[in-house]
Amino acid sequence: MRKMLAAVSRVLSGASQKPASRVLVASRNFANDATFEIKKCDLHRLEEGPPVTTVLTREDGLKYYRMMQTVRRMELKADQLYKQKIIRGFCHLCDGQEACCVGLEAGINPTDHLITAYRAHGFTFTRGLSVREILAELTGRKGGCAKGKGGSMHMYAKNFYGGNGIVGAQVPLGAGIALACKYNGKDEVCLTLYGDGAANQGQIFEAYNMAALWKLPCIFICENNRYGMGTSVERAAASTDYYKRGDFIPGLRVDGMDILCVREATRFAAAYCRSGKGPILMELQTYRYHGHSMSDPGVSYRTREEIQEVRSKSDPIMLLKDRMVNSNLASVEELKVQSLVHGGLKEIDVEVRKEIEDAAQFATADPEPPLEELGYHIYSSDPPFEVRGANQWIKFKSVS
Amino acid sequence: MAAVSGLVRRPLREVSGLLKRRFHWTAPAALQVTVRDAINQGMDEELERDEKVFLLGEEVAQYDGAYKVSRGLWKKYGDKRIIDTPISEAGLRPICEFMTFNFSMQAIDQVINSAAKTYYMSGGLQPVPIVFRGPNGASAGVAAQHSQCFAAWYGHCPGLKVVSPWNSEDAKGLIKSAIRDNNPVVVLENELMYGVPFEFPPEAQSKDFLIPIGKAKIERQGTHITVVSHSRPVGHCLEAAAVLSKEGVECEVINMRTIRPMDMETIEASVMKTNHLVTVEGGWPQFGVGAEICARIMEGPAFNFLDAPAVRVTGADVPMPYAKILEDNSIPQVKDIIFAIKKTLNI
Repeated sequence: MRKMLAAVSRVLSGASQKPASRVLVASRNFANDATFEIKKCDLHRLEEGPPVTTVLTREDGLKYYRMMQTVRRMELKADQLYKQKIIRGFCHLCDGQEACCVGLEAGINPTDHLITAYRAHGFTFTRGLSVREILAELTGRKGGCAKGKGGSMHMYAKNFYGGNGIVGAQVPLGAGIALACKYNGKDEVCLTLYGDGAANQGQIFEAYNMAALWKLPCIFICENNRYGMGTSVERAAASTDYYKRGDFIPGLRVDGMDILCVREATRFAAAYCRSGKGPILMELQTYRYHGHSMSDPGVSYRTREEIQEVRSKSDPIMLLKDRMVNSNLASVEELKVQSLVHGGLKEIDVEVRKEIEDAAQFATADPEPPLEELGYHIYSSDPPFEVRGANQWIKFKSVS
Repeated sequence: MAAVSGLVRRPLREVSGLLKRRFHWTAPAALQVTVRDAINQGMDEELERDEKVFLLGEEVAQYDGAYKVSRGLWKKYGDKRIIDTPISEAGLRPICEFMTFNFSMQAIDQVINSAAKTYYMSGGLQPVPIVFRGPNGASAGVAAQHSQCFAAWYGHCPGLKVVSPWNSEDAKGLIKSAIRDNNPVVVLENELMYGVPFEFPPEAQSKDFLIPIGKAKIERQGTHITVVSHSRPVGHCLEAAAVLSKEGVECEVINMRTIRPMDMETIEASVMKTNHLVTVEGGWPQFGVGAEICARIMEGPAFNFLDAPAVRVTGADVPMPYAKILEDNSIPQVKDIIFAIKKTLNI
């Protein structure tokens, strides 16, 4: 505390300090990067796996921290809004799984493609949409990313194909996107995600077959959070080695709570696909703190102790923070007056909180989409036409 | 009644519409093209025109297509553009062939939930320019699991377009429009029509020949009754009309061409002229295409012009049986259409 007061007074007295000197102050305090050991991945039909050490720069570290913290806070805000009945219907939250969406994004390019199922808010953010547009879509307002027409499970962005409500249906679609990647010849890959529950679906095996047969650049990713709704993996799957379920498709099992592990595995998998060898499968072992959806308290099929244990030992944000602080990549307590780029983690927390608050404000205040637009977006590229309403006298205009 | 008083015997030479055109049409090489070849031609032209178009389906490539509709295309365009899929029922502009639409039921979730609804759910961000095509409805002797008509099932869904060609001209013009459309289009072909040759007018021979989706065609003009149909039954309606013409009844036969969006204007205008309506389809009666037409007629201006209730001719309300006599009586025959027309006209 005394240290902090001293620092505050130092800075206040030099309030006209220029950014340059702040930079000097910053670089004097922190390392530029650090090397970390990461868990070795279990391999299936692979001679070698991702590296067991990785270099994390301060800049990347801060970026990942901020992104994960944003996803975390956004999901918690959604929880709050749902309980206030401002969000309706389905709401599947991914807090606990932040290392997956942020780590995957860190391992690919923005020009690569991604498709997932309904637990999609994190991916919607990491693929480029703002918290504002996401929350406003959840609250069903016109400022939502799908103009309020889609809701929680139907958000789309550039090279992000949702957000899909039918369990497993996104996997053949993902293989199709990979087919398009191969067809277009631009070395792009498609990340096709599904959960441990969906992993037992037939259409996934059809997709495995076609992807392998045609050597599609498809990274199948099983986000194994141990429960398919309320059914634990042991009760659902004859084989819980999800990374092996692709059979003839090589696979790796990844610690999905460690963002660096996810990043390295993704880089490895993407390089594999880009080299034309065909599809590969990644199982990310992760955990969700919330229940399956907002209507599930999440404690009837698992214990509170288990949830608490994961939180205290494996929380992805905590893991990254500890690493960064212990390696002097960042500090926990830093001054608010320091410039944002070189800020400390607490400061990031403050900023993120503000960003989420502002977004929630917007999402609550923005008006619903106008009723006149109910019939819009039935067809693409078509002249306007009429759509029937609840009776023959109610007509809505439909514009593409 | 009023209908009888409207009957006038007309000389043969004034029989209008398709038959007349055929008699007068004596182009040097009167080009006859089967429906199969018309679809093949349409796809070939679109594959050539736009490299983003490609075809996938079971046996479409090396087998030349289960019904030979894609014959020659694999040799011409290769593995990249013509893809054999293993049994499994995903910008690019795919043409997805279902060996029959019965199999589409296994993939129907993708057609509806991933294709039809996506543009709407995404608030206009993600169009889905895909064509689902294949034979629909009854064939011959293929029994219950291979004979269902899906016009009503797909026609039910907003976000889809559904077309149903009858002759070769329809087949080519509609498949080309479907491929160029930026929306998911279901093209319901008919296996029994694939081998039937039709005259191909010169405009249909052009690479830019398109038939607009959402527009019906009056195949035969008439004054006494409107007969609306789609796909193979259109031919039966024309046969019925020919028979009835000899008895002095002139039927106006409308070929819907599109199931969704339905061209009610053409149907209504015709009913307002003839005062009578019979719908004819191969599908089951309940919740079908004819049911929809009747409901809409009641809601629109044509209702007040009806001199008799509208009547539907449909497939029998049974799963398709195998034995020939049973199968023959499970789909609308020409005699059933004639009977329905006479009943409606009270003659």
